[in-house]
Amino acid sequence: MTSQAIEEPRGRRAEIAFGIRLSLPAGLGMFPLGVAFGILVIQYGLPWWMAPALSIAVYAGSVELLLVGLIAAATPLATIALTTLLVNFRHVFYAFTFPLHVVRNPVAKAYSVYALTDESYAITAVNPRGWTAPRLLATQLAFQCYWVFGGLAGVLFASALPGPIEGLEFALVALFITLTLDACRTRSQVPSLVMALACFAAAHLLLPEQSLFVAMMLFVVALAVRYALSRQRGQPEKETTVA
Amino acid sequence: MPDLGYVIAALVIAGAITVALRAVPFAVLKPLRESRLVLALGLWMPVGILGILAASTWTGTFTGDAGINWTTATHAALAAAVTIAVHLLFGRRTLLSIGLGTLTFVLLVNLL
Repeated sequence: MTSQAIEEPRGRRAEIAFGIRLSLPAGLGMFPLGVAFGILVIQYGLPWWMAPALSIAVYAGSVELLLVGLIAAATPLATIALTTLLVNFRHVFYAFTFPLHVVRNPVAKAYSVYALTDESYAITAVNPRGWTAPRLLATQLAFQCYWVFGGLAGVLFASALPGPIEGLEFALVALFITLTLDACRTRSQVPSLVMALACFAAAHLLLPEQSLFVAMMLFVVALAVRYALSRQRGQPEKETTVA
Repeated sequence: MPDLGYVIAALVIAGAITVALRAVPFAVLKPLRESRLVLALGLWMPVGILGILAASTWTGTFTGDAGINWTTATHAALAAAVTIAVHLLFGRRTLLSIGLGTLTFVLLVNLL
């Protein structure tokens, strides 16, 4: 994916334009999902400003979609904290390769870290070289614009509807199903998925009111046990490559 | 609409955790890179967490205060099957899979 054109040094304007151009393919997915997010905010009976407020305070798509339902149901803050921690835990690994070093200005640097979403990480993983501060920031700002304006478009659209569309909340289920399938491309991922679903089934039977929280706790404990066992058998890093 | 103080607290907590998860590794990059536990969790966690979220939101569509609504559960099972089939058979085009899965559920819930 790295062509000569991407690595050529350019002027500031050309870098910004190029950054925006790089953001477009992912934007095609982010904007419609943002619309779905905005619709969800209205359908759950939350005020319209929750869409931009969430997209700015907690800029992380999948957690935002989840938070809409959790906040609308007045879920305990501890569950919200744990859910955010576990769902966004993957971001810990983005720092290994993300080209933050090209950004010098402290404010710009802070923004770049704050806006280090899945999409931002993915675009730098696909195009590892040639990043400059204006290009990176233009791409990241463009991503957040797609998401925030998608949410506002969804809010407007849903407010114009005569009544809520029953069943639209399934979009969130479908999103997590596709994300699960995408994370489970190799056979080595199957044990984790089976363990997680078993934890959820157990939690749902034991404490249906708190099943999300309990399932995540059980799963983390189960993974810790699995890690201890695999270390004992001396084969912990057989497949330990972070994608 | 929940109370405004609660909403603000939820936004601040979720926002702070998200930013911390993104920022802290840049500060402590090296020891983290060498931690086998963290690497193993990074490999094992995502698919499981996503699976739990899928299962939790899925059961949420047909579980209410009155218990399980079995008709809706059947609809949700069909819609989930459509989502999975479309995703695996039509080249993992996320928007298409979400769109057709959701459309299936909306039609089943409203027309049957």
